[in-house]
Amino acid sequence: MDRRALDRLVYGLVWLACFAPLLWLAWRGFNNDLGANPIDKLIRELGVWGLRLLIVGLAITPLARILKQPRLIRFRRTVGLFAFAYVLLHLTNYVVTDQWFDWAAIGKDILKRPFITVGMAAFVLLVPLAVTSTNWALRKLGPVRWRKLHRLTYLIVPLGVIHYLMLVKADHQPPLIYGAIVALLLGWRMWEATRKRINRPARG
Amino acid sequence: MLIRHGGDLTENDVTPRDVYLRRRDFMSGLIGGGLALAGGATAGAEAATGLKGIASPYSTKETPTGRADITGYNNFYEFGLDKEDPARNAGSLKASPWTVKIDGHCNKPGTYDIGDFLRGNPLQQRIYRLRCVEGWSMVIPWLGVPLADLLKKYEPTSKAKFVAFETLYRPSEMPGQRRAVLDWPYREGLRIDEAMHPLTIMAVGLYGESLPNQNGAPMRLVVPWKYGFKSIKSVVRISFVEKQPRTAWNDSAPQEYGFYSNVNPTVDHPRWSQASERRIGEFRRRETLMFNGYGGQVAGLYSGMDLKKNF
Ligand code: HEM
Repeated sequence: MDRRALDRLVYGLVWLACFAPLLWLAWRGFNNDLGANPIDKLIRELGVWGLRLLIVGLAITPLARILKQPRLIRFRRTVGLFAFAYVLLHLTNYVVTDQWFDWAAIGKDILKRPFITVGMAAFVLLVPLAVTSTNWALRKLGPVRWRKLHRLTYLIVPLGVIHYLMLVKADHQPPLIYGAIVALLLGWRMWEATRKRINRPARG
Repeated sequence: MLIRHGGDLTENDVTPRDVYLRRRDFMSGLIGGGLALAGGATAGAEAATGLKGIASPYSTKETPTGRADITGYNNFYEFGLDKEDPARNAGSLKASPWTVKIDGHCNKPGTYDIGDFLRGNPLQQRIYRLRCVEGWSMVIPWLGVPLADLLKKYEPTSKAKFVAFETLYRPSEMPGQRRAVLDWPYREGLRIDEAMHPLTIMAVGLYGESLPNQNGAPMRLVVPWKYGFKSIKSVVRISFVEKQPRTAWNDSAPQEYGFYSNVNPTVDHPRWSQASERRIGEFRRRETLMFNGYGGQVAGLYSGMDLKKNF
């Protein structure tokens, strides 16, 4: 297989992996296999998958550097866009199936329920990143500005974790585990940044 | 998703009693040996098709939630944190033999076999709404006995201002207890007049069968005007006490779960609204009713009380 075909195959597999949870949820939905409270289940599953993909997106750069596989970076936008899709569906589910367009109740929730306020903030911040994920937008912004804008993820993902942490009833373990992974990934970036800053003047 | 219905028979349930139970696929938790006695002379014959209870005027005429949902969607952290966990994991609970310890301010404290505890009290069917603090609800056809009838036998004294309840603590059979998600054993409590209210029952069955383990076998409290977590499951201890007892959820998050925890659409949980609920099986949310719709019977218990403060 030539390089091109292999690339396309690998890309297809990544795409499928991102899409699979949604297919699986849809399949279970059609088979009435989402339990007694399918709406709640769906909201929760979509939220968790959104968070997981956001975290995978955050992990790509460190992995590419550590494994010396710079071409991994090309999956970053795909994974990020899928994360956005899951979060968008998560929000849609809340607005449509859970609240049935009860805008008064939704508005009250966003203002009064800190966990929803934080989730909403994370979502609002995600929108510009999703919108600027086309090749056209990337060219238009230029790589420097584009990268700067997309550093918003360093804020968005922790907000997602905090949102999760705040809505848990008794067992804080799962959100804390996600939080620890996020802390590790962001910690690596800080460490890299300081290392570079220290190295640069030495070289120059 | 292999096990969707919690009522499936597991090895732990195979006891000689099953031999004469025709609908044994329904049987998951077996009632302590005495329950047949509790139902009076006819209970033994009825065991062939399950339990029967006398119809009650306190029952709602609303359509009961499906049995698969009632027995497959549970909050019973002793068996895991997901709603499907209790149905999956509760097979390990040995609900027989079973004793209940009665102590505190009463004339007849002691440790009683469940059969003796229930004896002489005909079962009633009580079809009640159940409203979970999380914002969902069901309609459940319980079989049980008014708690007052059970407690009076132990002659509580005038010092018995409250009744405290405890769930079994047995990590070997309750895997969820191996992690300190709550301060085990699970504890609940009622004011004595709430405990003695005719709506309050000790349930031993649902849908014409003994309680499945995941629903709190072999006996659990049902207090229909309060959020579901007040209706403590698998009760092993009942104490008559003078001071308001500590309760598991109140200990865990005092600002979120009060001692009273009456269903109240005007007092929100700090993190979500209590104004509406999703009835399991329905699509649109419905409005939550004050005291879960039992205000006519119970509002008098709280006259003069600030229910926002005493949430
Ligand atoms: C980046 C954005 C977001 C992420 C990563 C996210 C993630 C999550 C996660 C992980 C959960 C918990 C799932 C579980 O318990 O298994 C959750 C639950 C939930 N989220 Fe989000 N979320 C986001 C945005 C939002 C927004 C914008 C809203 C609504 C305005 C929202 C509303 C909810 C609700 C209602 C629940 C369920 C709470 C419950 O069932 O008790 N989320 N979300």
